[in-house]
Amino acid sequence: MTEIVYGRGIVKSYGKTQALRGVTIGVAEGEIIAVTGPSGCGKSTLMLCLAGILRPDAGEVGYRDQRIDGWSEAARTRLRRGDFGVLFQFGQLVAEMPAAENIALPLLLKGVRRREARTAAMSWLERLGIAHLADVRPGEMSGGEQQRAALARALVTEPRVLFADEPTGALDTLAGEQVLGHLVRVAREQRTTVVLITHDARVAGYADREVVLRDGMLDPSGLGLAGAGVAG
Amino acid sequence: MSMGYVILGLLCAGPLHGYELKRAHDQRMPQAKPAAFGQVYASLGRLERDGLVESAGHDQAGGPERTPFGITDRGRAALDGWLDEVEAPSPHVTSALLTKVTVALLTAGEQRARDYLTAQRRAHTDRLREYTRLKTEPGVRFADLIAADYAIAHLNADLVWLQTTLARVADLRREVGQ
Repeated sequence: MTEIVYGRGIVKSYGKTQALRGVTIGVAEGEIIAVTGPSGCGKSTLMLCLAGILRPDAGEVGYRDQRIDGWSEAARTRLRRGDFGVLFQFGQLVAEMPAAENIALPLLLKGVRRREARTAAMSWLERLGIAHLADVRPGEMSGGEQQRAALARALVTEPRVLFADEPTGALDTLAGEQVLGHLVRVAREQRTTVVLITHDARVAGYADREVVLRDGMLDPSGLGLAGAGVAG
Repeated sequence: MSMGYVILGLLCAGPLHGYELKRAHDQRMPQAKPAAFGQVYASLGRLERDGLVESAGHDQAGGPERTPFGITDRGRAALDGWLDEVEAPSPHVTSALLTKVTVALLTAGEQRARDYLTAQRRAHTDRLREYTRLKTEPGVRFADLIAADYAIAHLNADLVWLQTTLARVADLRREVGQ
């Protein structure tokens, strides 16, 4: 198994609150892994550390054969614009821009010409079944359509790793399924590695493997329970 | 048939006679139908025949129906074997799960229940993943899709219950231990 992303002994605190207390995790190339656990267990913080958005207080974060946790903010931003894609629960699309422009944006930031960026955006709109929304602004779309556009934007740079934090958390069951269905299909087609953060077993069911966090640590039992009063 | 195992679980705390067993059963298993005396005595008879329980002396105040029974080493081994078996994940196992967890708590406490639930949770998540794979296959038939939806919704309900139960385990143990 070749690890494409890894964390070793990651520790991260916010003030006096320790969010991660020594998490070691490896994700294989092309794998879809679900990181689950109850609210406050540290799963989103883990994703932000692995994606190079947050710097851990201690431990290592690596991508391919490079250790990235010591990289400058600028170097980590470059990595995120190229090799990583990030999808959050909501609020990522620029409200003033129609879908096609939103999706083309990451390419324009990388210096791709406008015409090429637009063509790539149109192709992704089509792959995700929302080509008819190319000129529609986010405010005029349903939640599911917005999230599909956000997925297209996260994938338009053809990242090697997609980080998704509760990507369907704000959607109803059917709309959520459509987004997940597209996400998993495209990831398999492109051999994109996916780190999927969720508290929902039904969402985790789309992954190849699940790891569970509890109180900032991996829970080998997979139960993800808060420790209070429970033996072990 | 789980009545025999429930009786074995109840006897782990010490010998009881038939009437006490019926009362303990109804108190500990409120989700189940109240046990009929005949059912309790028939189960006790089978358990005694198989060497899983044995008479633990006589209560002088009553006749043969006041004979207390205690669990034997074989009985404990049989109970352990039952608690080790993960239930086949299906949409309708909740009641079997509930019985097993309650008995695990009666016999050996939080850790035993936790071990069982850990294994059960794994079986459930594996099955949920299988159904998810099935429904996301290209060209899946509509009937298969809604059947998978149905199974996933119920498995998810079981999983939520498993998590909640573990969070309550310490409290349950205190109550059962009284």
